[in-house]
Amino acid sequence: MKSTSLGREFDRSLKNHAGFGQALRNSLTMAYRGLLKIRRTPEQLFDVTLQPILFTLMFTYLFGGAISGNVESYLPIIIPGILVQTVIGTSIVTGVQLREDMDKGVFDRFKSLPIARIAPLAGALLADTVRYTIATVLTFVMGYIMGYHPAGGLGFVAIAALLVIACSWAVSWIFAFFGVIARTASSVQGISMIVLFPLTFLSNAFVPVETMPNWLQWFVNINPISHLVSAVRELTNSGMIGFEFIISLVSAAVIVAVFAPLTVRAYMRRT
Amino acid sequence: MNNGHSNEWAVEARGLVKTFGSNRAVDGVDLNVRAGAIYGVLGPNGAGKTTTISMLATLLRPDAGEARIFGHDVVKESHIVRQLIGVTGQYASVDESLSATENLIIFSRLLGLSRSEARRKAADLLEEFGLTEAAKRPLKQFSGGMRRRLDLAASLIAQPPLIFLDEPTTGLDPRTRSQMWDTIRRLVVTGSTVLLTTQYLDEADQLADRIAVIDRGHVVAEGTVDELKASVGTSALHLRVHHTQDIADAREIVEQVLDVRSSITAEAGKVTAPMANADQVTDLLIALRTRGIKLAEISVQKPTLDEVFLTITGNDATENVTQSSEQANRMEEARV
Repeated sequence: MKSTSLGREFDRSLKNHAGFGQALRNSLTMAYRGLLKIRRTPEQLFDVTLQPILFTLMFTYLFGGAISGNVESYLPIIIPGILVQTVIGTSIVTGVQLREDMDKGVFDRFKSLPIARIAPLAGALLADTVRYTIATVLTFVMGYIMGYHPAGGLGFVAIAALLVIACSWAVSWIFAFFGVIARTASSVQGISMIVLFPLTFLSNAFVPVETMPNWLQWFVNINPISHLVSAVRELTNSGMIGFEFIISLVSAAVIVAVFAPLTVRAYMRRT
Repeated sequence: MNNGHSNEWAVEARGLVKTFGSNRAVDGVDLNVRAGAIYGVLGPNGAGKTTTISMLATLLRPDAGEARIFGHDVVKESHIVRQLIGVTGQYASVDESLSATENLIIFSRLLGLSRSEARRKAADLLEEFGLTEAAKRPLKQFSGGMRRRLDLAASLIAQPPLIFLDEPTTGLDPRTRSQMWDTIRRLVVTGSTVLLTTQYLDEADQLADRIAVIDRGHVVAEGTVDELKASVGTSALHLRVHHTQDIADAREIVEQVLDVRSSITAEAGKVTAPMANADQVTDLLIALRTRGIKLAEISVQKPTLDEVFLTITGNDATENVTQSSEQANRMEEARV
């Protein structure tokens, strides 16, 4: 052991709170850890690579004729819908993996370090935006191959992609909360599916709202997923940043504002 | 030393309580650890050692009582306390899916080191703990001992003045175990305070300056190793007779001459009795000679920590103790 310890007490300045800058730095380091983990186990990316390809093909050819007459004219409707459904669905895995990760001893060390309490969670969630990006890019590429040419142009497609990734990151806080409070990883999967299935299917993602019964229309119209799908459609199909865009971002901010503190508190209380 | 923790006490805990459901895992623990010492917390499985450490290390919130680390309250000033401690858990708290270097770099970065400092620190620590060759391998291929060493290395990144070691050698083979002991001793030379828990009595005996014996959530004894041994009292006299049929006679004479109760191990032909006054042994030997009982062996043994433990914790803990000391004995044998 080297005797670098002499005078160790002197340059140690003690603070009782981690500032915002430290929280950000710690979160980025934790995100780096998440990326290293993805690199070590690339098989984790199966779902975000196969699901966009499979779902886009399946739903387009299945519903295209029935809803829009042909596949070509269904693409501008279905691609934004599929995009939102797939990427938001991917955020469930964030909660499941967080649960698995937290059961490992390394989280005890994170708790004993003088770091911002939010960092281990925020970092893990941040690293997962890589997964959302892969799913987003693949969905657009599949759409393009199948003949989808967004009228909004590439710039607005990129904005739409960023919007979906940001909203999925926000939604992943909900599943992170389930991840922290649940006892097992499989129960996280279970609860999350029950929440997410109605939300994504009871929306305007696949089917025009006018074809639904009135009571269902009411729900579909207040469903934030519908607003996100509409925002993406506005961006990609008409190159417009509209009201739906703002509603989506505000909803995302509300979700983070509610679930991030809840999750961190639950995380701190867990032993 | 400055910065307000010129305190001579590294740890001061009063009446710590932690309840899990109906189980009072820790039930009013008091601890005082002087800075610069190795302090051992000794107890059987489930005695509340890990829970106590977790509360001192800010991992668990105490239900009652208070604790200070270098004068800083573990609940109210937890962020400060975390800057003063390093924790090495019972199960290695490192990231299985990453390499040793990556683990140390991430912990260093979290502790505020720059990218290049972190890289250097990781390399230094790996060198120090003899892990350089394995630095790039995934941890899944690490042996238990290597994992513990990496775990300890991770706790030392910030050079914390107080280090908690929760059962640092449980499950290690004898060779790695004594290497770990050397490492722990070196830590104290560099000025750190070490609080370690153990269920191995010889480990506490080997390392600790002071020991707290903990059982069912209570501290049942506290003191230096010698004090604890002295509290059990006298040394024990062991006699082995040449012919096992003499054993009953021998015992009778021992009890008559020394005026104490004794115990026998018939198959080994061994009589054991407490020896308060060494002078009386002369009388005893003469008495045995007069009766014509031949001795094969005679020895005097100072009380071991095992006996201390048994005496203090009573019968219920016995099973655990014999188990762990048997384990320790097996390790001793394996080492030879």
